[in-house]
Amino acid sequence: MTSPDTLLPIPTTTRRDWSSDQEVRWCPGCGDYSILAAVQMLMPDLEVRREDTVFVSGIGCAARFPYYMNTYGMHSIHGRAPAIATGLAMARPDLHVWVVSGDGDSLSIGGNHLIHAMRRNINLTILMFNNQIYGLTKGQYSPTSELGKVTKSTPFGSLDHPFNPLSLAIGAEASFVARTHDMDRGHMLEVFRRAHEHKGAAFVEVFQNCNVFNDGAFEGVTAKQVREEMLIPLRHGEPIRFGADARHGVMLDSQAGARVVDVAEVGEDALLVHDESRVDPSVAFLLSRLARGPSEPTPIGVFRAVERLEYGSEVNTQIAAEVDSRGPGDLAELLRSGATWDVR
Amino acid sequence: MDQLSNTVERSGASARVEHLDRVIIRFAGDSGDGMQLTGDRFTSASALFGNDLATLPDFPAEIRAPAGTLAGVSAFQVHISDHDITTPGDAPNVLVAMNPAALQNELGRLEAGGTVIVNEDAFDERNLAKAGYAANPLTDGSLEGYKVYEVPMTSLTQRSVESLGVKPRDAERSKNFFALGLVSWMYTRPVDDTIAWIEQRFSAKPQVAAANLAAFKAGHAFGETAELFDHPYEVDPAPLPAGTYTNINGNTALAWGLIAASQLSDLPLFLGSYPITPASDILHELSKHKRFGVRTLQAEDEIAGIGAAIGAAYGGHLAVTTTSGPGMALKAEAMGLAVSLELPLLVIDIQRGGPSTGLPTKTEAADLLMAFYGRHGESPLPILASHSPSSCFFVAIEAARIAIKYRTPVILLSDGYLANGTEPWRLPDVADLPDISTTFATAPNHTNDKGEEVFWPYLRDDDTLARAWALPGTPGLMHRIGGLEKEDGSGNVSYDSANHERMVQLRAEKVARIADDIPEAVVEGDVDGAELLVVGWGSTWGSIDAGANRVRARGHKIARVHLTHLNPFPRNLGDLLRRYPKLLVPEMNLGQLSRLLRAEYLVDARSVTKVRGVPFTASELEQAILDTLGGLR
Ligand code: SF4
Repeated sequence: MTSPDTLLPIPTTTRRDWSSDQEVRWCPGCGDYSILAAVQMLMPDLEVRREDTVFVSGIGCAARFPYYMNTYGMHSIHGRAPAIATGLAMARPDLHVWVVSGDGDSLSIGGNHLIHAMRRNINLTILMFNNQIYGLTKGQYSPTSELGKVTKSTPFGSLDHPFNPLSLAIGAEASFVARTHDMDRGHMLEVFRRAHEHKGAAFVEVFQNCNVFNDGAFEGVTAKQVREEMLIPLRHGEPIRFGADARHGVMLDSQAGARVVDVAEVGEDALLVHDESRVDPSVAFLLSRLARGPSEPTPIGVFRAVERLEYGSEVNTQIAAEVDSRGPGDLAELLRSGATWDVR
Repeated sequence: MDQLSNTVERSGASARVEHLDRVIIRFAGDSGDGMQLTGDRFTSASALFGNDLATLPDFPAEIRAPAGTLAGVSAFQVHISDHDITTPGDAPNVLVAMNPAALQNELGRLEAGGTVIVNEDAFDERNLAKAGYAANPLTDGSLEGYKVYEVPMTSLTQRSVESLGVKPRDAERSKNFFALGLVSWMYTRPVDDTIAWIEQRFSAKPQVAAANLAAFKAGHAFGETAELFDHPYEVDPAPLPAGTYTNINGNTALAWGLIAASQLSDLPLFLGSYPITPASDILHELSKHKRFGVRTLQAEDEIAGIGAAIGAAYGGHLAVTTTSGPGMALKAEAMGLAVSLELPLLVIDIQRGGPSTGLPTKTEAADLLMAFYGRHGESPLPILASHSPSSCFFVAIEAARIAIKYRTPVILLSDGYLANGTEPWRLPDVADLPDISTTFATAPNHTNDKGEEVFWPYLRDDDTLARAWALPGTPGLMHRIGGLEKEDGSGNVSYDSANHERMVQLRAEKVARIADDIPEAVVEGDVDGAELLVVGWGSTWGSIDAGANRVRARGHKIARVHLTHLNPFPRNLGDLLRRYPKLLVPEMNLGQLSRLLRAEYLVDARSVTKVRGVPFTASELEQAILDTLGGLR
């Protein structure tokens, strides 16, 4: 089922080769365009073939994504993309399976599938575009919308406490958790590449601007002029610092919390050195909760990247071990595996 | 073991044996008493002996209801005979009741004058009260008219294991093997297989194995030596067609049928499933067979079960999801997606009593209309039903054949009775099974306006209307599919209203044309000149066969037709229905097939229904047929 030319070198491609002939139909100015561009730009650099790549999506604005990629793809039903992708990745470990989803699709109707795909560590690259609103159904609050948000379905302000997507992913045992945003192509390219290279379920939250129903939701941290002071780039093995002249930093305090500090005050040695490979998820969890919303300094980058058994390959290992030790199954033998008797 | 063999030989040499052509035995006790195991073992011994047989396990939904209560009674009925039979029998001839609750619950089923074997020790005040007896039925004369054998099974079992150092409380647990030994003696069952089975089954716990063996032997010896029983009985082997047989239940047959379909189609098997009674055993069985390359996923929920199966189907696997009614409801949206994607998929519904949680361990066949119409929009898909435990094997292969050839989800209906009931199955020759393989697209199939060679995933085969199927990994054929309406041919998203109507009709036509590719319905019984045609589907097959034959034995002419293919119906069905003056449709629901037949063929399909969680008895259907005939005069 793999390409007959699997053994041949992977042909050189350009961004154009990865774009389908379908007209892109998001609202003008939507953040989805820049995410699509980043993915299409990244693909020629990854060591993969178009025919071995599959994009699976559910329902929502983000879910149109597969139509625009010149790969295999499935635009499925609301919330179920991780389940469908799970079956595909288990059946076809030779494929690179991406899941593209939004905050409503992933965290509301499809929450169960998302957490279980991460728990099982299925080999998937999951991009969750978080715009904190329902776009396709025209502007209801989502499970990541802030308390008090006034929308069509919450004219008196939302009473729903929102999910923190990264905390949820870390709590669901995800082996790779990262965040990026639609205003920084370079950062997206780097995070998407890392997610793709990760063996197992990689979860990436992408801050995405819905300029029609929730314009500027992340402006407080992603706008060019505030970025330096409001985004905290996580770099593996380095003390966590940000701001002009890297004057701010993050340290763990005696109350088992993480907080933003002035480096001048605490000294560089007091800062938390980022270790994405830490097996224990507690520190990654603390970092995921450093900002209570996109109005406080917010970490971006890879929070967690640990190695853990990947479900699909383990299934194949079990099958191979059985076939090795007892030989391939024989149907006639199977039918006679219970007590039998002969009638003459 | 030697000792017992000797005992058996002696008994064989000395005692008078009475021949029976058939017997129906019902083992009943507390859920904790191991009645299913006892019945199962008695069945296996009878199967190996060569009887024809049919079984009906009947257990409560609770894993362990309070001991001694009516809610906790678990029963197993087995019908063994020296001739061809199709049902587990109507009224049992023998009831083995391990406690008062079992007697209270089950006595009403027993034939008039039938035999009752009770565990006398269990008839104490507490147990009698729990079973709702004001007085002890063993002493108050209420069992008059039955042949009652009071056997102190608990104390005899305890005594038999004393020398093994087993504590009396643990010893008590072996009393079902005492009962098995006793009934095995009564019906002269061969014992060596059972002895070997006990040793093997409990090999991890030698003391338990020894205790069960001692109890089994004690029960056997008790039958022979106690003067209670006059003589043992014998039911000769049935003259079954020559071949190798195994005793099979529907869920195992279905699982094996899926493995066979995988081999015959040369597609790896994938099962996405969430545990649910009475379907879980298919998941258990398939999980064992890694040697066949079977991938099973115990999904996080019913929707994920079918979702993962759809993903695997897209990847080129023979994909299956198994469930029961509540799960069917949850899978409905994803089934609609599979209809729209036009991918092969098997959706297997082991029906149980509904609605909602309903009667999880009891059988019913009330999901037929749901299978037909339980999705939004026009979303037809082929539907098949198995009719006996062993037929599940062949119906699974046929369902896979249709799914693969026509690129469509297929619903296979079985039910709780078929799932757990067993029958002897003459094993097919693997070489006789059909080739159901398919071909995938490997090259472009269309030239577009610009003169480019492209792949159109929704270009159809002229005859079958099946669409082109290209697997991910195939160079040059990259394409996207989804749940939005697609343009005829190209498969691109299309909101065009005329295109939508065309696609709705194409999908319906594709399923309708399958009628050209399935066997015609076959009438059995009095094909010519019958006064009445009984139309059945699913597990009513055995009861209809037995009931109709009883009416025929009274001199009436009765024809039968039983449907495996329910959507589409066989081409000749309309003609058949119109050929006979009267139609009767027995169903384990409130008349779902009869409604479909009326709508489709404008015929007077009369309905006889039962939703009591157990199959029709032969006499119920005999009566229903007679009543319908009576209306003729
Ligand atoms: S509604 Fe919002 S998210 Fe959807 S396409 Fe328009 S701008 Fe983008």
